[in-house]
Amino acid sequence: MIPGSFAYHRPKSIAEAVALLADLGDQARPLAGGHSLIPMMKLRLAMPEHLVDLGRIAEIKGIRAEGGDIVIGAMTTQHELIVDAGLAGKLPILRETALAIADPQVRYVGTLGGNVANGDPGNDMPAVMLFLGATYHVAAKRGERRIAARDFYQGAYFTALEPGEMVTAIRIPVPPAGHGHAYEKLKRKIGDYATAAAAVILTLKQGRVATCSIGLTNVSETPLWAEEAAKIATGSTLDAATVKKAAAAAEAITSPAADNRGPAAYRKKMAGVMVARALARAQSRAA
Amino acid sequence: MSKHQVTLQVNGKTVAAEVEARTLLIHFLREQLNLTGPHIGCDTSHCGACTVDLNGRSVKSCTLFAVQAGGGELLTIEGMAAPDGTLHALQEGFREMHGLQCGFCTPGMIMRGYRLLKENPNPSEDDIRFGIAGNLCRCTGYQNIVKAIQYAAAKLSGASVKEAAE
Repeated sequence: MIPGSFAYHRPKSIAEAVALLADLGDQARPLAGGHSLIPMMKLRLAMPEHLVDLGRIAEIKGIRAEGGDIVIGAMTTQHELIVDAGLAGKLPILRETALAIADPQVRYVGTLGGNVANGDPGNDMPAVMLFLGATYHVAAKRGERRIAARDFYQGAYFTALEPGEMVTAIRIPVPPAGHGHAYEKLKRKIGDYATAAAAVILTLKQGRVATCSIGLTNVSETPLWAEEAAKIATGSTLDAATVKKAAAAAEAITSPAADNRGPAAYRKKMAGVMVARALARAQSRAA
Repeated sequence: MSKHQVTLQVNGKTVAAEVEARTLLIHFLREQLNLTGPHIGCDTSHCGACTVDLNGRSVKSCTLFAVQAGGGELLTIEGMAAPDGTLHALQEGFREMHGLQCGFCTPGMIMRGYRLLKENPNPSEDDIRFGIAGNLCRCTGYQNIVKAIQYAAAKLSGASVKEAAE
């Protein structure tokens, strides 16, 4: 399968990239790792006239601490997230989630920015960004702005990004030390999108949940932040009755499609099961 | 149509060529450079038969444009054996441990095994299985592929290969 013809551009800076995106208009697509876009182009489901390759822009790579936040360049690969020692200590949920994505070859090339900006409900990082309260740095020729991850996703492949805009970095507030985390992803096989997946982060105080946040992947048109489920879990010891209630609250906000992964009712149920498992594992890891 | 001049290192040699922007790396390797070791299996970035090593990473060459590899350093299965024909430890391992049957997936398996062992010279069986999860084999059931990579790991680290082969 060979993609349709296009003109290839390789800017060296954000300024150059956004100037290209502005000039070329909606016939241009930014190219990050390309492991979503290139397969679509091979199927001719995407036929951009221009590709703006972000791969050689040094200023949108790398991981740095800034105040109480971690700022990750959009072109940082999943592999780089996995091997970063600093991240493993402060934000281990990112490593665990990245390891659940696709396979080694794809993780060497696929980027965090591409994963969060694409708007594919099957991508794993958006739900994690929702429940961590991340913010996306967005650049355009007319200037920069920041969009909260919780305001970013509007529908399948439909985001708050406007034409000419690109995500340059992801800013994540560092969760409290001693927090427990878990990303539970049910998938049929390596490389598959989630049948359902849940991300949990929580802190404990004298055996009770002091703070809790829960995200859900691939059980709706957009990633979901399960506020009600987290509220139910907070203050409890995560006894069986509470976990059941929290899982039911998470299931209630899902609206999965029936697909090869199973009927909608099954995928909804699995969202709850993933929440219960993730709560248990996060609890076992919390100090 | 947009054409681009690319220069890159392929198996230790400098290669300069003109490519169309839409030319996928796998087609560039197979059709322009006549390197037919990397295979086109699924053509959807699942099977890993097209795996090559680019700038120290295993990549699926069916899901990259050749132009993206410009300036890079590329290693394919053709570059694995020594110039005198001595097989690389991984190639030897696949032969000794019956790591292939039809052989279609083997170039990709070996190139993935190469980077896996560079990053983790002493992998556990689980490390190997997780590390080759992006490469599909429809013949072997993977058991002998895992043994082949274990054989190479032992040989490369100087341990007794005979023991690994038993």
